[in-house]
Amino acid sequence: MDYEISLLTTMSISVLFALSLNLITGFCGQISLGHATFLGIGAYVTALLGKAGLPFLATLPLSMLLAGAIGAVVGLASLRVRADFLAVTTMGVGFLFVGIIRQQDWLGGELGISGIGGSGLSKTGFMLLALLSTAAVAALCLYIRASWMGRVFNGVAEDEDTMRVLGIDVPRYKLAAFAIGTALAGLAGALYAHHLQFIGPDSFGFVESVTVLSMVVVGGIGSVPGVVIAAALLSALPAWFQFIGDYKLLVYGGLLFLMMRFSPGGMAGLMSRFFNPVQTSAKGER
Amino acid sequence: MLALELVAQGLVQGSIYALIALGLTLVYGLLRILHVAHAALFTLGAYVGVMVYNATGNLPLAFALAMVVAGLAGVATFRLAYQPILSQPPFVALIASIGLYIAAEETFRVVFGASGLSFATPPLQGQVALFGGIQFKTAELMVMLGTALIIAALGWLQTRTRVGVACQATVSDPQMAESFGISLRKVRDINFFVGSALAGFAGVWVALLNNLVEPTMGSVPSYKALAIIVLGGLGSVRGTLAAALVLGVVEAFGTIYLGKLLDRNAIAFAFLILVLMLRPQGLFATR
Repeated sequence: MDYEISLLTTMSISVLFALSLNLITGFCGQISLGHATFLGIGAYVTALLGKAGLPFLATLPLSMLLAGAIGAVVGLASLRVRADFLAVTTMGVGFLFVGIIRQQDWLGGELGISGIGGSGLSKTGFMLLALLSTAAVAALCLYIRASWMGRVFNGVAEDEDTMRVLGIDVPRYKLAAFAIGTALAGLAGALYAHHLQFIGPDSFGFVESVTVLSMVVVGGIGSVPGVVIAAALLSALPAWFQFIGDYKLLVYGGLLFLMMRFSPGGMAGLMSRFFNPVQTSAKGER
Repeated sequence: MLALELVAQGLVQGSIYALIALGLTLVYGLLRILHVAHAALFTLGAYVGVMVYNATGNLPLAFALAMVVAGLAGVATFRLAYQPILSQPPFVALIASIGLYIAAEETFRVVFGASGLSFATPPLQGQVALFGGIQFKTAELMVMLGTALIIAALGWLQTRTRVGVACQATVSDPQMAESFGISLRKVRDINFFVGSALAGFAGVWVALLNNLVEPTMGSVPSYKALAIIVLGGLGSVRGTLAAALVLGVVEAFGTIYLGKLLDRNAIAFAFLILVLMLRPQGLFATR
């Protein structure tokens, strides 16, 4: 049972993390290849403050605050560069973060920080906390999507210049998307640190940023249910694939490629094709 | 003296970057795909090069075969992987490319083993002293020379031959080029072939410099080449070349003077972010 609880907690944190990127990349159309940085910031804040004696629940908002603040600063980059340039800039932020962590002894350096703990909850309790947070974030995403802000995000993703012409303060909304998305990533990071009780620079590198982006894209950019399903499946995949052992990553990479090649709309696209075959095939022919 | 040595080191590294990134620029200029799997062709070239050299002892043949195999694999990648999803948003091609890269890296590991291959008797390992005492490996000098030659040849092809001009026309206005009777399909195939062959060429050089090819040798180029083409102002060949050399030198100096603060990647990307914030169109963008 312990194993299932732990797996469920991991999946739930992944879903929360993927939803936070979906807000930036899916809703607002701002691609990020460095999102693991904010998972890392959240994790390091809670770990260091926890070691300093602050109770777990008090560190959560601080994790979110710092991640969101730095996220807003990175968001400033999205006002300066777009699309592929933004992708590479955010990737750079990720490498910068890991590079700094690696060389700072007070942040644990290469070795990372171990023995993080003391959330004060049982394993089941912690799992429930993770699931509840994730459910709350999913609800928040659905709420934002339907709100005025969500509509503006959608407009920015579709056609930024038109939104500007309409008199919308585009920079403000972009920064809002970055701040909210990265703060939520910080929350995911805090949960992550307390779940694994060990963090190091390698836990927040380029690979993690790419993994979370692939969860969002495989789910179907912008679709909340799609991203939830994709993140849950992809995070559990390595555990389920234990039996193919050595070929785990090969299968993972292959699946990622085949999914994009044959269903570019991701799982959301697959689902709508399944439930609504006529309409989508007609769209495809256009 | 140290400064001169660092510049030399940076230029050697920069030449390798340039070879890899140039191929990527050719592809990017045409299709606007962030082609991460380009680095897999670099690894493929390195494996072919080492195996051919170990079997025949003929270095030019090793280079030629590595370039041809990488080039053909590049064309196959384009036709099977990218062509069908060209109309999709750029995220899709990016993730497909990342998936392809992971799968390729793992295939190398499964087929050739995790510990990699090396040359039985590595060629071009002699030492030469130049400019009053800076030591170079013969291979290091050759890689700079080779890069210069390849780039000169590429420049000549692009500006002086019909095929090259057709490629340029397609980059600047695909529809217009097509209406003048240029076959888009052919131009794309040629660009993928040439770009991937360059990656294969670079792969063999890296194999020579390190005397080792391993499945993961493409992981650093996979992202750093992206950084370089962005730094050079996406799609510009001259910009890419300059950016690669500048980045090589910046990294060489950075690791000496900032090594306590940041690691090599972080230095490269700190430089990239700084440049992009000051010049969002890249260092040498013409447009």
